[in-house]
Amino acid sequence: MTATQQAPAAELGRARLRKEDARLITGQTNWTDNIRLPGMLQLAFARSPFAHARIRAVDLSAARGMPGVVAVFSGADFAAEQGSLPCAWPVTADIVIPAHPPMAVDEVRYVGEAVAVVVARDRYAAADAVAAIDVDYDPLPPVLDMRAALEPDSPKVHEAGNKCYEWVFGNGDIDAAFSGAPVVVERTYRQQRLIPCAMEPRSVVAQWVGDEVTLWSATQIPHVLRFALSAFFAIPEQNVRVIAPDVGGGFGSKLQVTAEEVLAVLIGRRVGKPVKWTESRTEGNLTVHHGRDQWQRIRIAADRDGRIRGLDVNLLADMGAYLMLVTPGIPLLGAFMYNAIYKMDAYAFRCTGVFTTKMPTDAYRGAGRPEATYAIERIMDELAAELGIEPLELRERNWIRHEEFPYTTIAGLTYDSGNYEAATARAKELFGYDELRAEQADRIARGDKVRLGIGISTFTEMCGLAPSRVLGSLSYGAGGWESASIRMLPTGKVEVVTGSSAHGQGHETAWSQIVADQLGVPFEDIRVLHGDTQVAPRGMDTYGSRSLAVGGMALVGACDKVVAKAKVIAAAMLEASADDLEFSAGRFSVRGDPEAGKTIQEVALATFAAHALPEGVEPSLDSDATYDPDNFSFPHGTHLCATEVDTETGFVAIRSYVAVDDVGVVVNPLIVEGQVHGGIAQGIAQALYEEGVYDDAGNLVTATLADYLVPSAADLPSYTTARTASPATNRLGVKGVGEAGTIASTPAVVNSIIDALRPLGVSDITMPCTPERVWRAIQDASATTGGAA
Amino acid sequence: MTHITVTVDGVSYADDVEPRLLLVHYLREVLGKTGTPVGCDTSNCGACTVLLNGQSVKSCAVLAVQADGADVTTIEGLANGELHPVQRAFHAEHALQCGYCTPGMIMAAADLLRDNPDPTDAEIREGLEGNLCRCTGYENIVRAVKRAAQAGVRA
Repeated sequence: MTATQQAPAAELGRARLRKEDARLITGQTNWTDNIRLPGMLQLAFARSPFAHARIRAVDLSAARGMPGVVAVFSGADFAAEQGSLPCAWPVTADIVIPAHPPMAVDEVRYVGEAVAVVVARDRYAAADAVAAIDVDYDPLPPVLDMRAALEPDSPKVHEAGNKCYEWVFGNGDIDAAFSGAPVVVERTYRQQRLIPCAMEPRSVVAQWVGDEVTLWSATQIPHVLRFALSAFFAIPEQNVRVIAPDVGGGFGSKLQVTAEEVLAVLIGRRVGKPVKWTESRTEGNLTVHHGRDQWQRIRIAADRDGRIRGLDVNLLADMGAYLMLVTPGIPLLGAFMYNAIYKMDAYAFRCTGVFTTKMPTDAYRGAGRPEATYAIERIMDELAAELGIEPLELRERNWIRHEEFPYTTIAGLTYDSGNYEAATARAKELFGYDELRAEQADRIARGDKVRLGIGISTFTEMCGLAPSRVLGSLSYGAGGWESASIRMLPTGKVEVVTGSSAHGQGHETAWSQIVADQLGVPFEDIRVLHGDTQVAPRGMDTYGSRSLAVGGMALVGACDKVVAKAKVIAAAMLEASADDLEFSAGRFSVRGDPEAGKTIQEVALATFAAHALPEGVEPSLDSDATYDPDNFSFPHGTHLCATEVDTETGFVAIRSYVAVDDVGVVVNPLIVEGQVHGGIAQGIAQALYEEGVYDDAGNLVTATLADYLVPSAADLPSYTTARTASPATNRLGVKGVGEAGTIASTPAVVNSIIDALRPLGVSDITMPCTPERVWRAIQDASATTGGAA
Repeated sequence: MTHITVTVDGVSYADDVEPRLLLVHYLREVLGKTGTPVGCDTSNCGACTVLLNGQSVKSCAVLAVQADGADVTTIEGLANGELHPVQRAFHAEHALQCGYCTPGMIMAAADLLRDNPDPTDAEIREGLEGNLCRCTGYENIVRAVKRAAQAGVRA
């Protein structure tokens, strides 16, 4: 180390290849299911085959006698200690929050609900014994349709009835906006139920040593989980360590406190051995919380010139059978997003949460915001058609212009930055918008059986969850801050401890880049630690595109403190006043004398030796910071999709897809682009392929990946991505990118299909837009209009 | 129990196994070769893809007894002193995020390139149809396979 060390190149914006990859491409990954502890036993659950039934008796005797079986328990065996799985978001004062025992005791309310558990030597023995468990059920009527569930004569999911809550929100005079409006368009959209399908199935290992328990879990939220185990299951917090090892994707589905996690802890304590449970994919589809599942009635009022007067949204949201961690709040995250990027005079929102006998819903990539974006972007196209205005033109007439930021929306959020004009102009150029419109007209003119459609989605989202005061005002059970620590090691290397908990997002790489710039140390000298409550004791974890916008800022705060501490020591080493030092590219130098300086690595070594520290200065540069954002961040963008729709077969082929995203300042363009790609794919999946389907008896008929169509490479197009940047007002200028693609792409795809078929009289197709549904929509429109396709 | 002898990543193993034991469970739980993960129970996802006598197979759809006498290569044995070109390409093109599908995807891609050293984008997409990824949207996986092809994966 010399005082004339070369300043490292700025890391922010560099397409660094990921540090994580080395273990992931060689099979050295530490998935939870890889863990093998001495004496470890395997759990397997007996699950309800009924959507709704009373449990008359559970006979475990045959299972108990099977080879390799150590213990078998029913829900009743844990009734005294298993408590109720927590719901952290009681959205209204009179919300109904039913008891939710991790293992059912008296009644089951969805297919797949756990009723008994086998503890055995290995997974084969455990599975054999599950088959020998005999449960006597008294079937009750299932409740499967949200709308029917609210009828007075509907069977009840819970004694208190099927209505969970009603949440109302609004601003402006909605009646004035609609009465006398020259144009009112009303539509009802279906947000089908989705199954997250992270590629890594959930897995849990619990190990007790004395009164201390370590829980390994494939979770997004080790910190929240530790808190929940303490707060709701009476295990003293100081005795709980939660580790999220390498986690194979989450998409919100691992933002949960699950029955299996709680039961693994309780069973491990009961049997005195480490226990493991790893779900099968079928179990996962049945019992990992689902996403979406809403009916959206949306009305928009406008003037003849297209100016929006008001927007009125009325949702029915399927909670499923119970409320899980943030179940009731998910649709409400959309409440602030229906108005999207548009100005209007009035807005009204109402959401009714409904219980059904299905798997509970909860966060799934985008969580409320994809639903909102879908409805507004779909109805903007409908309004455009009604008014005879080009759909992009209609959007432009209503969107917030770039010179109007910061702008407080009708929903009360203040968008700090954005430039919808720039993103849209770039997208049109990359897409060849005008040329495609010309081709579309040409195909119509020559009666081509394959129609071309152009779909538009000019979206925004709120992310960087979240200012704690806002969460408090929404009755959420925790804050929205994030924590970071920097440890300066004696040799000048750096350990970064983050409270975010990556499961594919590349924090080890991106956080290294941020810290490298802040401290002026080489990227390679930094190691990022996360996902273990003993190593990273404080954190709020990873969801809601929050890690960079909140956790990244905590890193910056911690680095500031390191530099401030180091400056005092560097001043002593240089026999200068700290006020005369400047810090740049990892080096403290005396102003006006650039030759005199000390690198931060030299200061770290001197601090470790502690031989000559100034009076009263502690021998440590290590620093912690916690960052609570004062606003959300608002990524936005313009996505354009061109589809070719075969009017004879209903087959939809995406011909081109252009995504221009404004996520503010980019830390690593490679990671950002990857997030956008994957997000778009998940949104396309909702538009074209995926639906969680229950039959009339309440059986999930999409319980395997043979039935639930997660798209393959052959099912998806190539994407053209580009970025514009209007930096956020936080110090890094970053907004977040994890959910943008998913939020944007679903309406872009469906708008393109409708755009192709609108000349045939088609104005809506219920997702997923399978060839059959597209074909039927064409036939129905043809029958109605009497015209031939 | 059935006695089997199988070579995995260059090491010969002899074991008595239950006839119903899946090859993937043999690899993971008997041999401790946890580099090959399990992603589903219907042979749809391909996360568990390995090479069996040089051909890619889903190791959840093969019984351990069917591998008797066979030569198995897993992701742990693909690198030969240095990373395989497909591994290098996946890193260089950011073709993985969470990485759970990656072992199977890399093994399937290696097999694809053995059959077709210079595939088009469409051939790559068709060739990897049996391997699901939830993170990447496949764009960078396609790029990675093309890059590996250009690097001459057979070399």
